[in-house]
Amino acid sequence: MNIKKSINYIILFVCGFAMIIPFIWMLTTSVKSQIEVNKGNVGFAPIEEYDVYNNGEKEYYITIVKQDGDSSFVHLFNEDMERIRSYEKVANSSIRHEKKWKLHWDNFSKAFNKVPFGRYFLNTIFVSCSVVLGVMITGSLAAYAFATMKFKGQNFIFYLFISMMMVPQPVYLIPSYVLLNHLGWIDTYNALIIPWIANIFTIFLLRQQFKTIPRELFDAAEIDGCSRFKILWKIVLPLSKSVIVTSAIFGFIGSWNSFMWPLIMTDSPELRVLQVGLSYFSQEASTQTSLLMAASTFSILPLVVLFLIAQKQIIASFASSGLKG
Amino acid sequence: MNKKKLDFGPYIYLLPAFIIIFVFRLVPIVLSFIVSFFEWTVTGAGEFIGLENYAIMMKDKEFWQSLLNTFYLVIFVVPSSLILSLFFANLLNNIEKLKSFFRSVYFIPTVTSMVAISIVWKIIFNQQTGLANFFLEKIGIDPLGWLAESRGIFQMLLANIGIEIPGWAGGPSLALFSIIIVTIWKGLGYNTIIYLAGLQNIPNVYYEAADIDGAGKVKQFFKITWPLISPTTYYVLMMTTIVTFQVFSQIYLMTGPPVGGPLGTTKVIVYFLFDKGFGESNNLSYASAIALILFGIILGLTLLQKKLEKRVHY
Repeated sequence: MNIKKSINYIILFVCGFAMIIPFIWMLTTSVKSQIEVNKGNVGFAPIEEYDVYNNGEKEYYITIVKQDGDSSFVHLFNEDMERIRSYEKVANSSIRHEKKWKLHWDNFSKAFNKVPFGRYFLNTIFVSCSVVLGVMITGSLAAYAFATMKFKGQNFIFYLFISMMMVPQPVYLIPSYVLLNHLGWIDTYNALIIPWIANIFTIFLLRQQFKTIPRELFDAAEIDGCSRFKILWKIVLPLSKSVIVTSAIFGFIGSWNSFMWPLIMTDSPELRVLQVGLSYFSQEASTQTSLLMAASTFSILPLVVLFLIAQKQIIASFASSGLKG
Repeated sequence: MNKKKLDFGPYIYLLPAFIIIFVFRLVPIVLSFIVSFFEWTVTGAGEFIGLENYAIMMKDKEFWQSLLNTFYLVIFVVPSSLILSLFFANLLNNIEKLKSFFRSVYFIPTVTSMVAISIVWKIIFNQQTGLANFFLEKIGIDPLGWLAESRGIFQMLLANIGIEIPGWAGGPSLALFSIIIVTIWKGLGYNTIIYLAGLQNIPNVYYEAADIDGAGKVKQFFKITWPLISPTTYYVLMMTTIVTFQVFSQIYLMTGPPVGGPLGTTKVIVYFLFDKGFGESNNLSYASAIALILFGIILGLTLLQKKLEKRVHY
């Protein structure tokens, strides 16, 4: 019994480690210097090996081009690793080989300032928050109607919604572009926000929740003279806090990570959301591995932090997407 | 409620969501049929061309190639993801300590953005400075071309033992196989969580009874777990299939230039329609026709799975 348990743990540990190796390597590569990466120093440890030349007053990083007896031809570099002199002949005795642990944290600021990532972050935060707010408003109103009221066409509209949920994004992508183009919304925030402020899945989830609230509560409130809206605001919503939080998180993550839609619907650099900006950055800086890793790191950081804080709710919200009624 | 003539209340509550869903879901879906039957440019409708787009598609080699690539992706990703996630869910279900820790570890790829992840994996697969070849080197295997390799994986494996097979039987290219690895990795955590929720719903008494009867763990899995988990399996199967048919970001960011390379072996259907619609040719109507074919395939598979589900439901 105990051996079986330990085997369980060992497999989970080894495979779990394998799952996060890409992230670990992303982190370690993000603090390496590009020169090390290009040299083929691919491993995890950010250890640098280099030669240093001391001319008696100052030290320079060098690369040795050619050995010539007891002296060598070298290129001299300054601290920023910019070449300042080429093919200098120096004595071998003034060269020493160094190997040390060095973290280039400045890769992060370099990557962040290379393209306006600050702007991308603000755009993404603005879009995601607006979408989530919209989704929660339209969702709770519609779910309230579906869950507590009876009206003509109720089932028809509900099943129409559910069947719309099944339609994959690429199908409505092109006609949406045509439509947004007619509305003059291409390359505006409207295109990123308005089509997404109603989410059928959220309506579905909230409806399930609202249905669990006992009817007697509504009746009692009605007798007390509460209006419908007041019942929603004062009774239904406070009782559904956990489902609301769950679907808000779900919506936020979805909006934060969406890529294809903003890629197609916007064009100007000022409107780029983080994912689109990151994608352009990866084309511009395709050879600058460590900067790309730094940019990837700070792009996923907010969600990973959010995940670590609210991992229980987040996992529950994803698991609830598997609940099919 | 019957006393009142007509209660507008419900409709008012429904209206905001309805308007958005009507205008930005229903209308585009109807529109996509219309667009696909017309010559359509950014400026608006042109001539009615009937089924011409579909006729062109049937003769378009690129279309068939991208359809084949997409099928490869689905056939490799879906079963592997299913088996792996059920395996991990089982392990997680059998431990008490560190459960939420491991759950989070497996889940992290799911919450991180495909764009950032694609960038990282592209560098991992880099021939010179990537981690994949670094590991191969450590265990004494020759470095591989990964995303730059257009030869099929079966072709490469068999070539190692001296068997040559024709290119069409070579399977997905190693480049596409690299995409397959990333796609499995990304979706694994989600499927594991879904399976874990399903496993926790199976009452313990079944296993206790089986223990008393002396049934082994393997037998218990196939006689109790597998049949009782089948609704979850169908959900995972359906969702993973639908999502894998729509793979786009990893292709767009990891392959090429040109995207879909090498030699078009990683071009998938959604990238193909993106390229036709928003690339050089800017042919929105052709792209719309492609999207509808994709929709047809997904719908067909969903209905097929539903039918199978009814037949094997416990």
